[in-house]
Amino acid sequence: MGSQGGFGQSKEFLDLVKSIGESRSKAEEDRIVLREIETLRRRITEPDIPKRKMKEYIIRLVYIEMLGHDASFGYIHAVKMTHDDSLLLKRTGYLAVTLFLNEDHDLIILIVNTIQKDLKSDNFLVVCAALNAVCKLINDETIPAVLQQVVELLYHPKEAVRKKAVMALHRFYQRSPSSVTHLVTNFRKKLCDNDPGVMGATLCPLFDLIMIDVNSHKDLVGSFVSILKQVAERRLPKSYDYHQTPAPFIQIKLLKILALLGSGDKQSSEQMYTIIGDIMRRSDTTSNIGNAILYECICCVSSIHPSPKLFGAAADAIAKLLKSDVHNLRYMGIDALGRLIRINPEVAEQHQLAVIDCLEDPDDTLKRKTFELLYKMTKSSNVEVIVDRMIEYMISINDNHYKTEIASRCVELAEQFAPSNRWFIQTMNKVFQHAGDLVNPKVAHNLMRLIAEGFGEDDDTADSQLRSSAVESYLRIMGEPKLPSTFLQVNCPTLVSYAWSSPSICMCGMLLCFCCIQVICWVLGEYGTADGKYSASYIGGKLCDVAEAHSSDDTVKAYAVTALMKVCSYEKAAGRKLDMLSECQSLIESLSASHSTDLQQRAYELKAIISLDGIAMENIMPLDASCEDIEIDKSLSFLNSYVQKSLEEGAKPYLTEHERSRTRNISNFRNHDHHDASTHSLRFEAYEVPKPVISARLPPTASLTELAAVREQSYQREVHRSPSVGSLSDKGSQELRLRLDGVQKKWGRPTYSSAASPSTSDSESHTVNGTGKGKSFEPSSRRQPEVEIPEEKQKLAASLFGGTTSKSEKKQSGGGIKGSKATRSTADQTRATTAVVHPPVDLLDFGEPSGAASGSSSTVDPFKQLEGLVDTNQYSNVSKDPDLLSLYSDAASTSGQNQNQETGNLSHGSGNRTTKGPNLKDALGKDALVRQMGVTPATQNPNLFKDLLG
Amino acid sequence: MIHFVLLISRQGKVRLTKWYSPYSQKERSKVIRELSGMILTRGPKLSNFVEWRGFKVVYKRYASLYFCMCINQEDNELEILEIIHHFVEILDRYFGSVCELDLIFNFHKAYYILDEILIAGELQESSKKTVARLVSAQDSLVDAAKEEANSISNIIAQATK
Repeated sequence: MGSQGGFGQSKEFLDLVKSIGESRSKAEEDRIVLREIETLRRRITEPDIPKRKMKEYIIRLVYIEMLGHDASFGYIHAVKMTHDDSLLLKRTGYLAVTLFLNEDHDLIILIVNTIQKDLKSDNFLVVCAALNAVCKLINDETIPAVLQQVVELLYHPKEAVRKKAVMALHRFYQRSPSSVTHLVTNFRKKLCDNDPGVMGATLCPLFDLIMIDVNSHKDLVGSFVSILKQVAERRLPKSYDYHQTPAPFIQIKLLKILALLGSGDKQSSEQMYTIIGDIMRRSDTTSNIGNAILYECICCVSSIHPSPKLFGAAADAIAKLLKSDVHNLRYMGIDALGRLIRINPEVAEQHQLAVIDCLEDPDDTLKRKTFELLYKMTKSSNVEVIVDRMIEYMISINDNHYKTEIASRCVELAEQFAPSNRWFIQTMNKVFQHAGDLVNPKVAHNLMRLIAEGFGEDDDTADSQLRSSAVESYLRIMGEPKLPSTFLQVNCPTLVSYAWSSPSICMCGMLLCFCCIQVICWVLGEYGTADGKYSASYIGGKLCDVAEAHSSDDTVKAYAVTALMKVCSYEKAAGRKLDMLSECQSLIESLSASHSTDLQQRAYELKAIISLDGIAMENIMPLDASCEDIEIDKSLSFLNSYVQKSLEEGAKPYLTEHERSRTRNISNFRNHDHHDASTHSLRFEAYEVPKPVISARLPPTASLTELAAVREQSYQREVHRSPSVGSLSDKGSQELRLRLDGVQKKWGRPTYSSAASPSTSDSESHTVNGTGKGKSFEPSSRRQPEVEIPEEKQKLAASLFGGTTSKSEKKQSGGGIKGSKATRSTADQTRATTAVVHPPVDLLDFGEPSGAASGSSSTVDPFKQLEGLVDTNQYSNVSKDPDLLSLYSDAASTSGQNQNQETGNLSHGSGNRTTKGPNLKDALGKDALVRQMGVTPATQNPNLFKDLLG
Repeated sequence: MIHFVLLISRQGKVRLTKWYSPYSQKERSKVIRELSGMILTRGPKLSNFVEWRGFKVVYKRYASLYFCMCINQEDNELEILEIIHHFVEILDRYFGSVCELDLIFNFHKAYYILDEILIAGELQESSKKTVARLVSAQDSLVDAAKEEANSISNIIAQATK
């Protein structure tokens, strides 16, 4: 077939395509397209355009839209074209509207009528075109208009129509599940359709249905298994083969369905074991498609009720994938490993070096996948290495989407598995420093809380050590020299550009976020002078620096002032003379004249507090009282006498809120509503009621710092978040999220080197579990690469996987403590070694000679299963619908010569790829034709003329 | 599910786009810009997958043309890679050793073929033969329509002579 011309396009259109092809810049292309849009806009509205001309205009519109320009002025003409009687024009119209319109477009309503008419057409091609449009355009409002017709088309004589009708119903189901739930039986019926294409298409909606409700489809397990068996045994027509693999896409879809059905269901899973094992054994690991099936099998194995035999086979398959040189396969191997470790984490151990290779690979995709795997296999013994690696990688990328993800993962892992609080704080600091804007602000509160609470009641020295180390680390962060500009350019070009306008840039050209500043101010305020290492004036100076560096940002200044107040009052309470630096004083002066009332109040409070004496100070700001509970007298009993007096003097008695709300009228509704909202989110009675009282009286039990902290938070929220997020509710949910108890538990545990021993002994028991096949060939195969593996890598492996290879071997030899287990494991090993000696012997078939059994069952089973399916559903057209197997075999026998043709075709197809003999002439001819058309290939795009498959 | 199919040339020119999930025109341009920036710069020996905005994009290069498909996190990348190849093989059979120019000048034909392979973001037909048969049935009908039109115009021409 000629490549161009012959399809009826005009010279004009070809010129357009050509000139766009030759344009050298986006700007030039845009100019050409804009000119074309003008032309079309003018021409398309002319009266009496010949239909063929109109069709070409529509195609030109499609082209413009494809290049990213707006062609909406012509949509209506495309809609009109669908009304045309000629199939040629109708098809173009439908193509254009499916490309132009999204499902919510207003014009769709104009097409529904045409679609209804076309679905009734005698010509199946018209019906097909209409169904294509149905899939794209019909939304949940218009589904009822065509639903009945589409359902009828499920029984259309043409298989192409049936297939598209199934897909259309699937789309309806996705759009609005309720509209088609009563039609689910139709999908079941279509599963036994004569045509494999229709059956394959039916798997898509069934997959979705099963995903939502597994239990009502459990009866189909047998049918799916038998279909899969037939497919795998090449009972489908040859034309469904793809690169010598029988209907791989159908196999993959079936495996996905089985994975859903077998999940957590032993009985169903047992029906699948044989066929999954068969498919894994048969899969062709040299081709992509073979590996795709294998990967799907592994996914299935990891999802269904575990079978040791299949688990072993899956582990072997993963080993092969990971050993491959092809990045794609290694990627799939890592992904599959991530799934398999959910069943048994020890399976990762044999692949440690491969995993590390992937981690250090230049391919970003592979690296990220590996991080995902590491994230899944993190435990307290390897968390330090993994999180360090993650942070290192996080610093090196500038893709904000992924940075956010990896930062939140770091935080999650650190909170869950932190071996020590010191490490936790350091890690958090790093995350804040490098991705501060991207992490959840709650994390900062968690961190502050951890520093405040320390890790236990009885260990005070450790607590103070922790705090002083925190203080030091923050002082270091603040004092860090300016980062070299190259670092900024290389690593955060996007950040730098907006950082100058945002307040989150710290004094040293360093990018610090709010969370970070908040934590720094708070820690310096609370604990800056606690260990006596730094003087109050030094810390005060630092805090002034912070405030100055963010002179445009009131929130940060508020943090700094409050911290300053704490430092001063501690100093005074300790009986030392307070000498304020001049810069501190000028800061306070300037703030007391600030426009922000909050800042002003803080400044005046600070001044007032400083003028008090030491004892009062100690009461107002008790040292390190941030995590002491504030005792609140909810009944406000100390006011009783005052209230009594007022009542006696004739004041109205107080009505409770409840009582007041009864008398409320509608005008107060908004107020009431507001109150409701606050009670929804605010579960902290503590702060709500007594606030005014405390601020007026400063009762000694409540520390002012606490109050200030609360206000700070609410202030920050108001500025940076939608006001609907209540500050206190935020704090409440933060408390829900806190995982600090875990951190505390971890405290004082031995580090990973000693924690490695349980994991290695675990690996031993894993061998006992009968999945030792993977292991059996592992020592021998691992031995050789070990020689060349650099020390560093081995170390990394050890820290990641909790023990080097040699270590685990040592443990194995010394593991005689568990007498019977050890002997069993050695027995297993010997068995495994015999298996290695005879490679052709099937590794899967330990114990039972399933070869013959599976062969016989496979011939009998499918019939029964499918008949059973049809019978149970009591279909009226059972006789009409013969079962799959016989039909396929029928098709196979009748189309004997067909098959020959197909194989011919097939070899032609493959010939196309390898030997381009006759096609070279083709290509030359094409080239000549193109030159005729006036396209000059030499300058722009020499590759244009290479065949795609070449 | 496949969210969209993109065909981009090595120079970043768009050759074909098909969107199965709703994207506004603005988003489409952004997606194409982002992805061509990511994919065209990748080295030859790296994997054919890219993670992007929580999705995965599977791409494969044929001569100077990149075929890209965007899929969900839980989909099977190798399978998609083979669906791309399946599409290319069918194009190859239809155009007779297809090259980029075929797709440039006959992009609407490529759309018709794609509509027979994928529908609503799912693979609808995995048999090359069935697809070829359907496409050629449509073409023959188009030819017939054309002949008819020609003959009518001939008759008119003769009648008005």
